[in-house]
Amino acid sequence: MNKIIEKELFSENVCRFVVEAPEIAIARKPGNFIILRLDKKGERIPLTIASADTEKGTITLVVQRVGVTTAKMLNMNEGDSILDIAGPLGKPTHIEKVGTVLCAGGGVGVAPLLPIVEGFKNAGNRVITVLAARSKDLIILEKEMREFSDELIVMTDDGSYGKKGLVTQGMEEVITREKVDLSVVIGPAIMMKFAALTTKKYNIKTYASLNTIMVDGTGMCGACRVSVGGKTRFVCIDGPEFDAHEVDFDEMMQRLGAFKEQETEAYERYLKTVS
Amino acid sequence: MENIAEYLKEERSQPWRDELRKSMKAKERTSIERVHMPEQDPVERSHNYLEVNLGLTEEMAITEAHRCLDCPDPTCISGCPVNINIPKFIKKIEAHDFLGAAKVLKETNALPAVCGRVCPQEVQCENSCFYTVKLKKTPIAIGNLERFAADYERNSGKISVPEIAEHNNTKVAVIGSGPAGLAACGDLIKMGYDVTVFEALHDVGGVLKYGIPEYRLPNEIVDVEIENLRKMGVKFHTNFIVGKTASLDMLREQGYTAFFVGSGAGLPRFMNIPGENSVGIYSSNEYLTRINLMHATDPDYDTPVHDGKTVAIIGGGNTAMDSVRTAKRMGAKRAILIYRRSEAEMPARMEEVKHAKEEGIEFMTLHNPVSYEADEKGRVTKMVVQKMELGEPDASGRRRPIPIEGSEFEIEVDVVVVAIGVSPNPLIPHAVPGLEMSRWGTIIVDKETMQSSIPDIFAGGDIVRGGATVILAMGDGRRAAAGIHKYITEKVKK
Ligand SMILES: Cc1cc2nc3c(=O)[nH]c(=O)nc-3n(C[C@H](O)[C@H](O)[C@H](O)COP(=O)(O)OP(=O)(O)OC[C@H]3O[C@@H](n4cnc5c(N)ncnc54)[C@H](O)[C@@H]3O)c2cc1C
Ligand code: FES
Repeated sequence: MNKIIEKELFSENVCRFVVEAPEIAIARKPGNFIILRLDKKGERIPLTIASADTEKGTITLVVQRVGVTTAKMLNMNEGDSILDIAGPLGKPTHIEKVGTVLCAGGGVGVAPLLPIVEGFKNAGNRVITVLAARSKDLIILEKEMREFSDELIVMTDDGSYGKKGLVTQGMEEVITREKVDLSVVIGPAIMMKFAALTTKKYNIKTYASLNTIMVDGTGMCGACRVSVGGKTRFVCIDGPEFDAHEVDFDEMMQRLGAFKEQETEAYERYLKTVS
Repeated sequence: MENIAEYLKEERSQPWRDELRKSMKAKERTSIERVHMPEQDPVERSHNYLEVNLGLTEEMAITEAHRCLDCPDPTCISGCPVNINIPKFIKKIEAHDFLGAAKVLKETNALPAVCGRVCPQEVQCENSCFYTVKLKKTPIAIGNLERFAADYERNSGKISVPEIAEHNNTKVAVIGSGPAGLAACGDLIKMGYDVTVFEALHDVGGVLKYGIPEYRLPNEIVDVEIENLRKMGVKFHTNFIVGKTASLDMLREQGYTAFFVGSGAGLPRFMNIPGENSVGIYSSNEYLTRINLMHATDPDYDTPVHDGKTVAIIGGGNTAMDSVRTAKRMGAKRAILIYRRSEAEMPARMEEVKHAKEEGIEFMTLHNPVSYEADEKGRVTKMVVQKMELGEPDASGRRRPIPIEGSEFEIEVDVVVVAIGVSPNPLIPHAVPGLEMSRWGTIIVDKETMQSSIPDIFAGGDIVRGGATVILAMGDGRRAAAGIHKYITEKVKK
């Protein structure tokens, strides 16, 4: 049982949870994720760890409403408990001093990007961060990101905040202006796909953190498999970060939609139970 | 070995055994036909998840027990990987002492109700039975009798909790809660150790829970065994991935003196053929885990799984058989098993093959997939298969399958399950530097003590053997428990 200590609504569909998980709080490193199961009948879903407090023994998760499980979680409150949390899983981000690092986050991908930005900054890099979302109210963790970034660029699709345009435009602005040694992108698959295409044009080594469907998270099932450089890899044990220029994002997007029909049905059923 | 032979002889010459032997002539015993295990009707059962085998009645068990000749040289025992005193437990059944029979089983086998259901007896004890070897008759139904005695004990509510030695306040960690881990912790707790089992998943039991389906091994049966271990004082720590949640060094700091690694052969293999990552193509582990552990076929549970009219399963082992029979139960019109060799080479248990055929599973032997096609959403729609023929025997001793050029054809499919084997789980090996590994990724251990190249780490089960069996995993766990005990008494406590 893992108690929810704090819940903060970022927007109607995005929430930040601080949850008790003392062992994971100590063991986790930037890039790690957990697998949770809300209740006995719940499914197992992966969520990246945004931050942790070793003293309080808590981890922070940022959750966006996309299906039944996330909708149920958004309905949970401080004091409620999550039945199972296992982790930290995946290989941590390889953080070292490389020079200038361009970090790009889209949507809730900004949450897992935060510890990575922090890590690269602390390792002595110049860190430039691009945050992107559809509109102003969907930009999250801006203040925290600003703290660890030498420069922060905000892009919104509708121009309601920061600059109007896509994440790739923000990235390109930086790349054409100064030398970038490494790029890290986290966000929806489609965003990572185009971000990867952008950095490839300029031959900048780029990592993407993949958020595939998972079951066990320990390499046992292969639900999380993706093609990287033509080879099948398991995101939960070989990743979650991979060379973004080698990832087959189209295949990944199809696999992410594997259970769309079932999910829609289940979601409708769920809505009936809460209304 | 000498001692064991002596011991068996002594046991055999006890008055009650003598008397029983004399109560019926050998000729009479051998003239009894093997009692048939009652089964659910094939058509009916192919639409439900209830157990296929219904278990022997008391009368049936007693009749079957009468067949056993209580041989002076019980070859069956050497066919059992954990050397159960088979004639003794069978004679207990003949003597109507069913609880006594269960007790005999438990002397060497921590999970008799499980083994009675899933052991490949036909290549183990029953294959070494006097009936098979000398009389060329159908062997004593040792597995069915084992199951009977264990079930009788469980249903009686009088489960014997073994005696536990005085607590010695020494902490031992068991990593993984499959049959290897459960057998190890059962013995360690009896020796007085303070035992904690760490399990990565949210539930305890390993393959017994997430792999083997309900209709072959109900989870409830595994849970009773686990509950017993809990009563004996074993602590279970689920959602704990050793090497991730905490390192071995951290556990050493917390006072764990020795470790048993029973982390299994988790990693599923794929064929790496075009289209294999299409939606609707699963590893057998994923398919079975969704259904068995996560209850995907129960609408009350959130985990989804695909069903379809035509489901193809690739492989010929137990896992393939479990998957294909599950697909049928989920309502597939055609559930096809595609295997690249012939039926004679299939590694699956005979009983599974028989049951599968009765349930209407299509067997497509000497065929192998070469590619998959998907629709615009990425969902698999077709597979291309190639015909095979058998050539010379390969390293495994089985005849090598050779593709027949130009024999490819298409099958329309909705779901595909790849069940071609697993590789050892790499989590522990990666997390423990210096651990000596084989080139197949298994942990190298001393065969007697199960000790690895790192003195306080012992290992057994699939992580040592690659894919093996429940009973071999349990045998390893028990040997490792003895090895750990020896190591702690001789090295640590001195
Ligand atoms: C579908 C299927 C059907 C089978 N049918 C039969 C049959 O009929 N008869 C038979 O004899 N055999 C059968 N087998 C084989 C048999 O199940 C295995 O040989 C046996 O389970 C191996 O036991 P184990 O204890 O080594 O590992 P497992 O049962 O695999 O258990 C390992 C456990 O360790 C956990 N783990 C792994 N890494 C860690 C870690 N780092 N920290 C904590 N926990 C960890 C895993 O989550 C898992 O629960 C079947 C296998 C499958 C998959
Ligand atoms: S989630 Fe099962 S192997 Fe990665």
